[in-house]
Amino acid sequence: MEKVLTKNIQPDLSYVDVKAYEATGGYQGLRKALSMAPAEVVEVVKQSNLRGRGGAGFPTGLKWSFVPMGSDAPHPKYLVANADEMEPGTFKDRWLMEGDPHQLVEGMAVAAYAIQADVAYIFLRGEYLLSAERLRRAIAEAYENHYLGKNILGSGFSLEMYIHMSAGRYMCGEETGLLNALEGKRANPRTKPPYPQVSGLFGKPTIVQNVETLCNVPHIVKNGADWFKGLSYTQDGGTKIYGASGKVKRPGLWELPMGTTIREILEVHAGGMQDGVRFRGLLPGGASTDFLVEEHLDVKMDFTEVAKVGSRMGTGTMIILDDQTCPVGMVRNLEHFFAQESCGWCTPCWSGLNWAEKALTALEEGQGQPADLDHLSFICNLCAPGNTFCALAPGAVEPLQSALKYFREDFDRHITEKRCPWSSQ
Amino acid sequence: MLSPEELKEIEAEFPHYPNRQAVCIDAMKIVQKHRGWVSDESLKDIAELLGMSVDELDGVATFYNLIFRKPVGRHVIMVCDSVSCWVMGYERLRRELKNRLGIQMGETTADGRFTLLPIVCLGACDRAPAMTVDEDLHLNVDPQRLDSLLEKYK
Repeated sequence: MEKVLTKNIQPDLSYVDVKAYEATGGYQGLRKALSMAPAEVVEVVKQSNLRGRGGAGFPTGLKWSFVPMGSDAPHPKYLVANADEMEPGTFKDRWLMEGDPHQLVEGMAVAAYAIQADVAYIFLRGEYLLSAERLRRAIAEAYENHYLGKNILGSGFSLEMYIHMSAGRYMCGEETGLLNALEGKRANPRTKPPYPQVSGLFGKPTIVQNVETLCNVPHIVKNGADWFKGLSYTQDGGTKIYGASGKVKRPGLWELPMGTTIREILEVHAGGMQDGVRFRGLLPGGASTDFLVEEHLDVKMDFTEVAKVGSRMGTGTMIILDDQTCPVGMVRNLEHFFAQESCGWCTPCWSGLNWAEKALTALEEGQGQPADLDHLSFICNLCAPGNTFCALAPGAVEPLQSALKYFREDFDRHITEKRCPWSSQ
Repeated sequence: MLSPEELKEIEAEFPHYPNRQAVCIDAMKIVQKHRGWVSDESLKDIAELLGMSVDELDGVATFYNLIFRKPVGRHVIMVCDSVSCWVMGYERLRRELKNRLGIQMGETTADGRFTLLPIVCLGACDRAPAMTVDEDLHLNVDPQRLDSLLEKYK
């Protein structure tokens, strides 16, 4: 399979400098973009069927098309890379930023050109220190080689690029929470509309885009939409960085055609389950996705196919549940995360998720009652999309509602046996 | 009083944003880098420099878990407590750390050497369990080999 995103990444993860990046075609995407009209760049990304790899899977070209263009458009316009990778179980953007930082810089420059942005920020989580070091180096090299700054490659297009290191909190990964953090505020979400494309950072037109999504952009412009679609097994274009964690033989990351089956990722690339444990289920794309089980192993991992079976591909990094691990304990850990990370702005989230954590803790400690299960279902409905200010709570209840569906007997056993059946292990 | 070095580093951020409030998180991280934590006095100095009220700045400071509004030890241990690390042995690692250091989560050892904190997913899920000590990322942490891991952090 043709490696696109990871072709430059070294096995020892050493720094790939601008010369090494150029040697394999780096910055050819930017050169080509600068020779096109911005609207043409947006169009090729639209045609490619590139969808956002941050979790939501929104069509990228369509997102960009809402940015006001032309001489009356407000300025400065902003392009922000969402490098705040904090979805539990997700570790792919780290690999891309450490392994090939120029790819992100070029992707951001092309995207910024397409929307005629003036300033670009990388919103990078504070814990990713090696990524910061590599990106700083790459940005400095890009400026030296006229890929950033004033009048890029003599095109007349100028772009400044800065890194902002976060001070923590999962809500900084939410598009409007991120904008508030970048403005030096608490990372509460904002009402939409207005959408960031129209009124975003400091009230100006802004595109916030995931790292992996942006890394695809120079390749799409350089090689075309049909090429990108041709890489995939399904309608969603391109390759995808898939991952697996948990008790598999070879946890890790692999770049594969979009639409590779869950079974292939789990059994061929991750080597299947460790000796002594059996597969019970998985969260396909990070903590905020619905469980899938044995019957779903032949599902193709893309946005459309996973949605058909009641889950979301999300980030595409799978968290595996084995038969020696308690599903109730796993869900309790997840709801502890979501309850803690709630920004506190809206009641169903901060209140509902905290009650969910309490009920799950009671179950794990052998104090659970049948009414607790009714309460947990109630919270799942309470936190449905549309009832809360942002998508944190709806995402938080995805593993909970699906665990109640697929592992109901395990919840019941915690109540009838007055203990966690796995607790002696 | 902010030191000349702290002021210089904070002022270097000003051209990156259209207003001063936007620098407040960077500013607090810079002061914390120098002093280990952000005291009430530092908060007042930063607020004044940036044209914010102290309450407004404290509201921002207390939202973010990587900004410490209390003193910490010479070395800060952050152990990931999210789902993949939990599957791969977080609870055992936490138990060993607490026993070895003789403190609970959120506390500092009596000799001021270590502060122990939980942290959310570190993005190293294929090499779990994971933790950081200061700027170092430790992967595939073996709870039985903590002595040698922690030894270099005096």
